[in-house]
This record gives sequence, structure tokens and C-alpha cells, in this order.
Amino acid sequence: MSDNCNDDFSTDLVNLEVPSIVNPVEQFLRSERVPHIWCPGCGIGTTVNSFARALIDSKIDLGALALVSGIGCTGRVAGYVKLDSFHTTHGRAIPFATGLKLANPKLNVVVYSGDGDLSAIGGNHLIHAARRNIDLNVICVNNLIYAMTGGQTAPTTPNQSTTSTNPYGVFEASFNLPHLVEAAGAVYVARWTTFHVRQLSKAISEAFNKKGFSFIEVISPCPTLYQRRNKMGDALDAMKYYKEKSKIRHGAPTSEVGMTMTGEIIVGKFVDIERPDYQTMMKAQYHESLGERFVEQTEMVCS
Amino acid sequence: MKAGHQKADPRGVLTGIHFMDGDHACCEGALAAGSRCAAGYPITPSTEVVERFASRVPTVGGVFIQMEDELAASITLQGMVWAGAKAFTVTSGPGFSLMMEHIGYAAMTETPCVFVDVQRGGPSTGLPTLPAQADMMQAKWGSHGDYEIIALCPNSPQECFDLTIKAFNLAEEYRVPVMFMMDECVGHMSEKVVIPPADEIEVVPRRHTHKSVEDYLPYGTNGDLVPEMAHAGEGYNFHVTGLTHDERGYPNMTLPIQDKLVRRLRDKIVNAVDRITMTEEENLDDADVVVVSYGITSRVAQRAIEAARAHGLKVGKLRLITAWPFPDKKINDLAAKIKAFVVPELNLGQMVREVERAAHGQAKTIAVPHAGGGVHNPEEILKAIVEAAR
Repeated sequence: MSDNCNDDFSTDLVNLEVPSIVNPVEQFLRSERVPHIWCPGCGIGTTVNSFARALIDSKIDLGALALVSGIGCTGRVAGYVKLDSFHTTHGRAIPFATGLKLANPKLNVVVYSGDGDLSAIGGNHLIHAARRNIDLNVICVNNLIYAMTGGQTAPTTPNQSTTSTNPYGVFEASFNLPHLVEAAGAVYVARWTTFHVRQLSKAISEAFNKKGFSFIEVISPCPTLYQRRNKMGDALDAMKYYKEKSKIRHGAPTSEVGMTMTGEIIVGKFVDIERPDYQTMMKAQYHESLGERFVEQTEMVCS
Repeated sequence: MKAGHQKADPRGVLTGIHFMDGDHACCEGALAAGSRCAAGYPITPSTEVVERFASRVPTVGGVFIQMEDELAASITLQGMVWAGAKAFTVTSGPGFSLMMEHIGYAAMTETPCVFVDVQRGGPSTGLPTLPAQADMMQAKWGSHGDYEIIALCPNSPQECFDLTIKAFNLAEEYRVPVMFMMDECVGHMSEKVVIPPADEIEVVPRRHTHKSVEDYLPYGTNGDLVPEMAHAGEGYNFHVTGLTHDERGYPNMTLPIQDKLVRRLRDKIVNAVDRITMTEEENLDDADVVVVSYGITSRVAQRAIEAARAHGLKVGKLRLITAWPFPDKKINDLAAKIKAFVVPELNLGQMVREVERAAHGQAKTIAVPHAGGGVHNPEEILKAIVEAAR
């Protein structure tokens, strides 16, 4: 009896016409490069998924989209997305992206990098690009640590955490990145966690449509280094923490959104203002000062 | 004109006879070469190059941005290049030190671009307003790893114009960062500069791919050693990384790929050394002694050479216009025929080591060092020539 059943079942399977299911984000990935290098439980892949959803939802022109990363775990995003993608030097994704945007203003340029890359070694470029209001979309995956190199203290590592370079506990103050970039001049600032995949995707879509310097911080788990060393459990525990301790407060003053090791995570859209971007200001200035002598950049592209 | 070469865009060419300094002439050279993009950070004695560029470029359709530091400037220009522009940056010693990582990035990613270094006295802050030629080894070896660059050394404002065009052309031809090694004297001296009509200026276009998206391999070379380039926004969806990469541009950290890539980066320059090398030569045929010099020092050496010949000494002149790749064979061939090389330079001994190495012991090599801050007294060089001729 049971034998017959099994035979029928397998026959059915062979004859069954299964509609092929395509993962909607796969079109944006260099699938030939999979498997990726990220650890089990890492949140970076989740952010890429939200990013890809935003590409679909926003209907952004993919042909005019370039993605720039620095160095680190998140720096590897550039290598996995099927876009014109640049894996640059440590900390310098923003100035490279600035060059792309200045030479070809038609490009939409996304900077996709980590907290250490963008706010430590690249901190100077972060604040100056925000000050200039260069038209870039910065996605900062903040896993609170230097993960690629083995779990060293980052400018974002919360006080009292233990890292490989602060084995007795971190005693230096950490950056509150939304506060930093708002003060420097960013026109769009949001923070979500990898638990908030829909909200993150929506925020990325909004940033695409925002002229000027936008900054989205994504709090993301690093089970291998940050959580393990701090006895904070695995990736699922991180999701539970994000779920339980996140408070959505759109428009919260960024001075109040600093992170602690186990406390509340304030998420939401904090800043969404209008301010002319660098290239708009540049053109206006040249028009005013040079009049007819000003020649707008058209095709700087050498054949 | 070689096949595929173009004439300069007349909009950027300030045709005429000018009295201008080397820094300004360098800027005009960049514009004539078709550069409409630059990123910079102020540093004496180089700033005049970008000051002029900032003033000129909005009238010819382009952009200059003053970045927050040299690290930024030296990578912003590479973003400009990958968006399709010809771009450069300008600096001096301390800034040049900060740019080293991005010279390596440009070499690894084969980003055609120009780094202008108006050399001043060092080390460290050194002598901001006074000349030196002490960055010559840094220009070649300053970034980590094995790689090749091209370095040119102008000795007059006229050459600051002419050779800046050449620097851009070489950058495009070989997809390599070109170091334009000026010095404070050449940068700040004013002389006659003749800028020819645009149709007399040859410009090398980008090695842009004509392949379809499907057929394009970003680092495939077909034996030519120099790959074809695509630009962001053209639909190629290509990847660029400073990691060791395969022909697709994808990271691949295996030994065979490392070996293949790093050897190609070397070979594309070293195999072309004869085509790249430019020298100025006088009286080499009957010479017992050859003075090897470059930049401002070549003009001081000229006086010493003339004085020596007036005394009946058989002295020849070899001026290195291209310092890197080093013309080993030229030095080696000369060494077989002469008694000695005399090598004056505004450092305590840099290119002289290359001369000595390439001479393979066939001729003596006499250094005439100078710590920088001024130029040699021609008598110092003359004394060395007399000693060498004995």
C-alpha cells in the first residue's frame, strides 16, 4: 500500500508542470558570483534585498545608476550587484562617487558602504559631501564594528561593548551618525534596522527621488563578531532585539537618536528638507558671474 | 598623425604667443588635451595650476572641485574618468604623499589620469616655496605592490604645456596614471609659451570599447595588453575593484590570476619603453662624459656642459624627458662607449641610482647631489665633469 502511494507520488512529480519561479531581485545580482562572502546571520544581504526592492518599486533608470562602495564587509556589495559598480579604496567611496556625479550629472549615484568605512577613515568626506549637498544616496550599513578585519572598535561601537581592540570594554564615545550628517547638511536622513525591510526599501526609494545628499543608516547584525563577543546571541536574537527595542519616531530630533548597547533604537525618517544641491548652486553661480561666457557642461565624455 | 588619434577641441585651446609661468602652462596643456574635469587641494607651489583651471573651465564646459584633502582629490578625479571625462589633479610633496594609495588604485584599475607634482623641498613640510626633485623615486615606488607608471619631467613653461598634453595622451594610450613631475622653478618661472592652433595638437582618445554588452570583458585584452574601457551609465554593468581581478573585473584572489594581472600591468609599460621614452640629446657621438639630467637641473647643467666643451672636454648631454619607465637600454648602450656619467639632481641621489644600475659597471657614475631649496651652481657640475673626464 505504502509502496504504491510512493510510486504514484513520484510519478505525479515528474509529470507536474512547475511554473518557474524567479526571485524578483535576482535580475539585479551577479548570480555567477554567488555564494557571497557574508557570514550566516549577517544583515548586509538583507539590506541588498531591500535595495533591490527599491530598484523595482522606484522604477529608477538602471542604465543611469552607478553604485560605489568602499572597503569592508559592506564594501563588497558593489561586487554583487549587476550595475556599473565600483569597489574603491577604504573610506573613499564618497569622493569617487562625487567625481562620477560631477562628470556626468545624469547618473544616479549610490554610495553603499559600512559604518567604519564611511564614518572613520571616510568621515571627512562624509561631512564635506553633506555640507556641499552633493546629489548622492548614501546607504550606511552599521553593524557597530569592523567586521572584515575581525571585530575591532568602530566609531559607532556602543560604550561598554567588548571588541578585539578594546578587550576590556569600549570607553570612548561613539558617533550618532544621523546627528552628524544632519549637522553637516544632509537633506534626507533616516535610520532603519534589518528587521524593517519594507520601511528600508521605501526609504531607499524616497532617497532616489531626493535631490541632494541623502543618508540612510541601517542597523545590521554581526553575529560572528559583535554579538558573539558581547554574548548577545545569534542573528535571530538580533531580530528580536530590533523588533522589541525599536521605536519608530519620524521627525525625531537627531540629537536624541544616539545608540546604546542594549537600549532603544530610534528609527524613522528624521530629516527631509529642501536645499539646492551642489550642481544647482554651481550652475546658478556661474550664470550669475559669467553670464554668456558660461558654457554648461554637456558632453565631457571623451569618445 | 597615428590612426585613431584626434585633433584638439579648439574650445579649450588658447592659441597664441603667451608669457606665462609653468603652472599656468600646465593648466592650458590640460585644457588643450581635452581635460574638462579636475579635483584639487591647495598646496604651494602647485596651486596656480588649479586656480587657473577653476577660472577657465566654466567657460569651456567643465568642472573643477576643490576637495577636502588630497585623498579625496586623487580619487574624485578617478570617478570623473569612469564617468567618461579626462581628469587630473595637482599637488606638491606632502599632498603627493597622501595621494599614493590612489596612484596604486589607478594603476590596478587601469584608470587613465594625470597626477601633477610640482616638487618642493622635503621631507615633510620641508620647503614649501623652494624647488627640489626629491619625489622621483616616490613617483615610481610610492604606492604599495608591483606596478608601473609613466613620469615626465618638463624643464620650461613651454614644455609644461606640450608635455601635459603628452601626459594625457600617454595616460589614454596605456591606461595608466601618468606622473607629471614639475619642480618649483619650472612651475613658477615665466617664459614665452607658444600655443599652436588646435588642429596642430594631437589628442589620443579614450580606448572606448565598441563591443556589445554581451561581448565586453572589462579587463580582457586580446593580446594587446591594454584593455578597452566602458563608462558608467552606458549599460555595460561592469565592475571595477582594487582587488586582484579576472578579465570580467571580478575579484579573484588565486595565484594564477594575480600573476597574470600584475605581470600585464608591468609588461604593458615596460614592453613599450622605447615608444614611451623621450630624451633630448646633444653631442653623444664623441662623448667621453655624458651629463644625465632632467627638469630645472638640465638647464643649469647646460651651462656646465658648454663651459666644459669650451675647455675642450668631450661632454655630451642626455636629458630625461621621460623618467619612468627608465630608459635602461639607452644608458646601457652609452655606458659601453663612454668613461663616465655625471648626474646632477635636486636630491641626495635618486635617478643616479638608476643610471648606475643601467650602466652595469661599464662606465663610472658620478652623482652631483643637492639637498634642494635652490639649484646647483654650474661650477659644481663642471667640477664633476672635469673629474669624470680624467
